[in-house]
Amino acid sequence: MPETDSKKRSISRVLRSALRAMLLPLISVVFAILVGSLIIRLAGYNPVVAFQALIEGAFSPKRFGETMVRATPLLFTGLAVAYGFRAGLFNIGAEGQLFMGGLVAAYLGVALGGMSAFAHISIILVAGMAAGAAWAFIPAILKAKVGAHEVITTMMFTFIARGIVQWLVAGPLKAPGPVAQTEPVLPSAFLPRLDSILPFHVPGRASIGFVIGLAACVIMWLILKYTTLGYENRAVGFNPTAAETGGISVAGTTVKALCISGALAALAGVTEVLGLHGKLFEQFSSGFGFTGIAVALLAKNHPLGVIPAAILFGGLSAGAGKMQLEAGVSQKVIFIIQALIIFFVAAEELAKLVLGRERTEVADVAG
Amino acid sequence: MEPPLLELRGITKRFPGVLANDRVDLQLHRGEIVALLGENGAGKTTLMNVVYGLLSPDAGEVLFEGSEVSIRSPRQAISLGIGMVHQHFMLVEPLTVAENIVLGHEPARATVIDFKAARSFVQDLSERYGLKVDPDERIENLPVGTQQRVEILKALYRGARVLILDEPTAVLTPQEVHELFAVVRSLVTEGLTVVFITHKLEEVMNVADRVVVMRDGAVVGETRPSETDQKGLARLMVGREVVFRITRTPSHCGATVLSVADLNVVTDRGIEAVRGVSFEVCGGEIVAIAGVSGNGQTELIEALTGLRRVKSGKIMLGDRDITKSSARSTIEAGVSHVPEDRLRRGLVLEFDLAENLILGDHRRPPFAQYGLMWPSAITRIAEERIEAYDVRTPSLDVDAATLSGGNQQKLILARELGRNPDLLIAAQPTRGLDVGAIEFVHGEILKERDAGKGILLVSLELEEVQSLADRILVIYEGRIVKEFASGEATDEELGFYMTGGGGAKLDEEVGVADA
Repeated sequence: MPETDSKKRSISRVLRSALRAMLLPLISVVFAILVGSLIIRLAGYNPVVAFQALIEGAFSPKRFGETMVRATPLLFTGLAVAYGFRAGLFNIGAEGQLFMGGLVAAYLGVALGGMSAFAHISIILVAGMAAGAAWAFIPAILKAKVGAHEVITTMMFTFIARGIVQWLVAGPLKAPGPVAQTEPVLPSAFLPRLDSILPFHVPGRASIGFVIGLAACVIMWLILKYTTLGYENRAVGFNPTAAETGGISVAGTTVKALCISGALAALAGVTEVLGLHGKLFEQFSSGFGFTGIAVALLAKNHPLGVIPAAILFGGLSAGAGKMQLEAGVSQKVIFIIQALIIFFVAAEELAKLVLGRERTEVADVAG
Repeated sequence: MEPPLLELRGITKRFPGVLANDRVDLQLHRGEIVALLGENGAGKTTLMNVVYGLLSPDAGEVLFEGSEVSIRSPRQAISLGIGMVHQHFMLVEPLTVAENIVLGHEPARATVIDFKAARSFVQDLSERYGLKVDPDERIENLPVGTQQRVEILKALYRGARVLILDEPTAVLTPQEVHELFAVVRSLVTEGLTVVFITHKLEEVMNVADRVVVMRDGAVVGETRPSETDQKGLARLMVGREVVFRITRTPSHCGATVLSVADLNVVTDRGIEAVRGVSFEVCGGEIVAIAGVSGNGQTELIEALTGLRRVKSGKIMLGDRDITKSSARSTIEAGVSHVPEDRLRRGLVLEFDLAENLILGDHRRPPFAQYGLMWPSAITRIAEERIEAYDVRTPSLDVDAATLSGGNQQKLILARELGRNPDLLIAAQPTRGLDVGAIEFVHGEILKERDAGKGILLVSLELEEVQSLADRILVIYEGRIVKEFASGEATDEELGFYMTGGGGAKLDEEVGVADA
């Protein structure tokens, strides 16, 4: 039957293209590890021991829970940045949107009482997304109407968001006591630990926030691929002029894309507050919005690529402690390795330029 | 007889899935103009890229002045005396003409670039070959034709004896083409050899001493312009008989499809581009807007398609007012648009063919409903249209960027005509296409006309306008200055009005009115 044949062919084609897409990021990671080893060696330590400790600290069954904890906010911020990129927008302000999500979660986590956990959490998730979208809306409308560059505006909005949170946790929302932090959220707002809802034992503090993150990646992938919203998002990202000619509103798509990106980033703040800290304080995010940019880069802006990329970066962060403990290598080396991964991913763009040229030459003659 | 300056023997170059050059032999002699003629994708550029060291052949040899050489890089090609001017210029825009020409081989004293020497070198060269340029002007301020001259000077400065020009006329105005030909002839009298890659038959007849015709990667014939005619060349190039003059029946004008009344449109910078234009297009008729580029055609099209706001006036599609319609509702009202700039406006090059085929219809059934896309319907209809419009592609999932120019244009036609519009606005629909593709595009446009559609053709090519249009409107400085019925005007008359021959009086009148 030719149809099943073509189906088979199209499946193998999808697999092949997925493998091809993953090849170069994988090479970047391998190169980063090689160069990282060299640096560790030069610093006088044993790279084999160091990486063994790192991998064990990140991916051994006992420790994987911590990797999931660290990966959770990166799933959301990586996805947020990737989705923006697919519309040609560089949402460098995911951190600010994350702060707004965290703020809404901390406030509603205390303020809304007397309801079931399911209702409480659902309301906060939705409200947090709305807050992130609203926070991104102003840069978005500025971009769409007057062309103000989103890199500048979303960045500035990050400073504002952080300032607001700083003031609120030290003032109006401050819990009694010496520390500038909010009151703990009600138990009904706590995201359940994976261990408590899965039939098997999951060590560590990982919450269902991780699962929500995975689901978000799959949902955004489906949206990009199978909805007109996603189609228009990609069309504008690739070629706004052709998109406009095809009747797509570039301004409208820009606003939608940046707001969706903001909503996704805000979920990182929500899950950090409801799933991990249970309260809000100024340092509750260690730059997840910015690490999200690296995650998106490594994922090549593919929603499904965000999953392994976020887990990798989460794992690096989770394993760093064990590496320091067992190999004596400073945790800071992890930053170097992260930087190297980003460097090689960026360098891969150079490689693609070369490959791309060869491809167009083929195209030239293939006519 | 002296040996050829440059000789290729059995050059073969394979790309994945394609045999780009198949045992090609070619000889170039001192002081001749050789036209390398072929359709898009025949392998002309690949062959010349081999000569210029950009590609290395899989088999075959290159001989320069009788001895075998292996050219591994453009640098090596240049040192042998081979220069190439690409379709896309490689100039540094903010630098001056002289700086660009000496770039990479700067005359220097100690470590300081001797700009004075550079200037005088450039001046000498440009006088010697009659290539007029101002050495101190910045590239970004120069028109395309002059930029090309700079590229040629750059090659000469580096000591080129063989000059390869890759589709040099594609970006030029007719006047600039004329000047280029004069330059090419003067280069040859100075002893240079010029290779001219093209798919335009007229140019070949005009300028070449010898024509080498390529098809599907192989040389299929060699001749001289004096021994053949355009028809003969076309047959060689395409491999079959080509119809030049389209046989067309008189039009049957149906109901009015488009009516434009006193339309005024301004550019982004507020300059008046379309001034008081009124015309009608009825079903079953092709109305051509003829004019020199930059006389308001682009703004007119943008206004009609909802891409640009109208300053004043009225646009009616049938009995529906679309003056203020967005691009989206204009499409949905039944207007299709084959844009002038197909790479920038017409296609999303990173999208695959199916995705490109639904652009503009991507919200509507059968492709989508309730915001969800239906992949099976998209694939099925895309397959039908690809076949109906003869888009040559290995599959539906390749990016539009991988298609040749002709196939890209067919893809756009498949989308715009597949929508079954009431009005088709076709801007420069055959620009850059080879004769085979032109024939196809013209045929499709005529088919639409005969099916009762209204067609507005905007073209800079007189031949196209003359052969397709039922009525011709000449546009000059944003005004329709003259209307002709089909066959009523000679090329000269059209040219006269296109260049403002009838417009001087009009301008005066306006001047008086303003005062």
